[in-house]
Amino acid sequence: MKLKSLIIAASLAASTATIAQAEGVKVGMITTLSGGGAGLGIDVRDGFMLAIAQSGRDDIEVVIEDDQRKPDVAVQLADRMIQSEQVDVMTGIIWSNLAMAVIPSALAQGQFYLSPNAGPSALAGADCHENYFNVAWQNDNLHEAAGAYSNDAGYANIFILAPNYPAGTDALTGFKRMYEGELAGEVYTQLGQTDYAAEIAQIRASGADSVFFFLPGGMGISFLKQYADSGVDLPVVGPAFSFDQGILQAVGAAALGVHNTSQWSKDIENETNAAFVESFQAEYGRLPSLYASQGFDTANLLISALEVADVDDADAFRAALEAANFDSTRGDFAFASNHHPIQDIYVREVIQEGDVFTNKIIGTALTDHSNAYVDQCSM
Amino acid sequence: MSLLLFIEQTLNGLQFGVMLFLMAAGLTLVFGVMGLINLAHGSLYMIGAFAAAAVAGATGSFLLALVASFVCAAFAGVLIEFFVIRRLYDRDHLDQVLATFALILIFSEATRWVFGSFPLFLDKPDWLSGTVMLPFGIEYSLYRLAIIGVGLVVAVGLFWMISKTRIGIRIRAGENDREMIGALGVNISLLYTFVFALGAALAGLAGALVGAIQSVQVGMGEPVLILAFVVIVIGGIGSIKGALIGAILVGLTDTLGRSMLPSFFGLFLEPSSAMSLGASLSSMSIYLLMIGVLLFRPKGLFGGV
Repeated sequence: MKLKSLIIAASLAASTATIAQAEGVKVGMITTLSGGGAGLGIDVRDGFMLAIAQSGRDDIEVVIEDDQRKPDVAVQLADRMIQSEQVDVMTGIIWSNLAMAVIPSALAQGQFYLSPNAGPSALAGADCHENYFNVAWQNDNLHEAAGAYSNDAGYANIFILAPNYPAGTDALTGFKRMYEGELAGEVYTQLGQTDYAAEIAQIRASGADSVFFFLPGGMGISFLKQYADSGVDLPVVGPAFSFDQGILQAVGAAALGVHNTSQWSKDIENETNAAFVESFQAEYGRLPSLYASQGFDTANLLISALEVADVDDADAFRAALEAANFDSTRGDFAFASNHHPIQDIYVREVIQEGDVFTNKIIGTALTDHSNAYVDQCSM
Repeated sequence: MSLLLFIEQTLNGLQFGVMLFLMAAGLTLVFGVMGLINLAHGSLYMIGAFAAAAVAGATGSFLLALVASFVCAAFAGVLIEFFVIRRLYDRDHLDQVLATFALILIFSEATRWVFGSFPLFLDKPDWLSGTVMLPFGIEYSLYRLAIIGVGLVVAVGLFWMISKTRIGIRIRAGENDREMIGALGVNISLLYTFVFALGAALAGLAGALVGAIQSVQVGMGEPVLILAFVVIVIGGIGSIKGALIGAILVGLTDTLGRSMLPSFFGLFLEPSSAMSLGASLSSMSIYLLMIGVLLFRPKGLFGGV
């Protein structure tokens, strides 16, 4: 279970000529590789390692550890990575509660942290830090996009639900920030809840004209299957977390036609993305998810900064990261002043391609979207 | 809250309770008859769901999938009992907890190794999809109705087995005095294997039934396991009747609490605080129920004196 793997990201290009740096760079990745949430961490890891392998650099060493989705384990791993492994850059955490347990203290110890997923509002606002970069999104972003999309779609009386934990509150806050219509109901479910009969009955009785939900992972699978079977046929909208490539196959036809918001999709048209989707599929034998694209982008950001600056020169390295001079799978990519992405967020529809359920872009919900916490961040 | 919604939520609670009963029945038999705390019961639930998903994926038949879940979980139960549990009967509860916790980790990682980290697909059959109109114009999911039916049939079957058959008499005797019935010539270790396999098979069946409307993934058993322990503590350890009553109480409390508490607080609080207070209190409700029951009946509702 303690999958301790020292992977030396090696391509065989190692050789003679001058390498950019005299000594290698050590990256510490703490992510979720076992238990119920493992699919997300595995995708981030695979995307990240794919980018490192494609870069052909053999001076980047990645130490990968499994946090088992437990904050206490993640904290121990972080201490070990910083103190005995002496990593230069850290990355990998999926869940916001783990991120809040690990990242502030890692930053206080002088680490650089590149987040491939979790983007809690605290780290974007009051607790932002010059050495913290989020390559994925601020937690509210996709929900804000869902709110904006609901206006466009003409929903006027929506029922919203999310689990009762920090990211769930962020989700409903983000949705309401953009949504202009009435709320038919607002429900917080239990984290890890598997049965949604009670909530679906409330939706049926509420007179809503549509439903927004944020239920990541297995919770979303359960909700969608039960919703499809309930006879309630209101349109559903949600963020991409319940519709990623790993989950869709388990939901099956129950998700067909559902609209969801995402900063990435496999059919975004640019060369980097096409090459990423093709090489990921060739390497791992499955379609990439948005998590894989985030891991891939995180590694490419890191590599782009290493090209121009030495990680030991913190100011130069930070400036190189801020420049974000890399080819993102999302096309245009830039950091806002609080080191969170400014990016387009798309609306996707779940479709079936042969036997495989996947997403296709049907529109753009928000263009060049930043986040609501920029002003609260002073650095 | 309208009467129709209340009736629908009651049905939901009943369905949830009946599902919990399938889990709790095995747990309470094993705990009551064999004196063994089996934390790996949730893994058997997971094995049932994965076996059903694999068989349904290969054959397309939901009934075959249910049979497979029952058989695979029972088989896994026999293996566990034979190789691990048998060595634990005379040991301390702490040793049993440690060993069966290790089994959870082993089964979770083995399942991940075989089936991968991504959730599996398992859907209900077409002939159980959709909704039916019940009297008074209640529209209700046919599949959930079927789960209630299956659970009640299993409950009746278990009562009949425990109270009327020879094997039931032996199980009850074993619960009271295991040395004595061994001395009377009953093969006690075979009996224990049977009880364990029966509990495992019921857990596997529950996993398959529920897997069709939830997500089939590694670690799906542990949250249910905790609820099943609450059920058997409320019902009284070792009592099938207690498990049934306890399961339905827990199912109703949880479902009605989730749907009614927020609107109840909404009567005299502003919406946002009513919402968060209701959500927090409803996640505590079944534990409050457990405390209430234990205050007045420390051994559970049907736990004897």
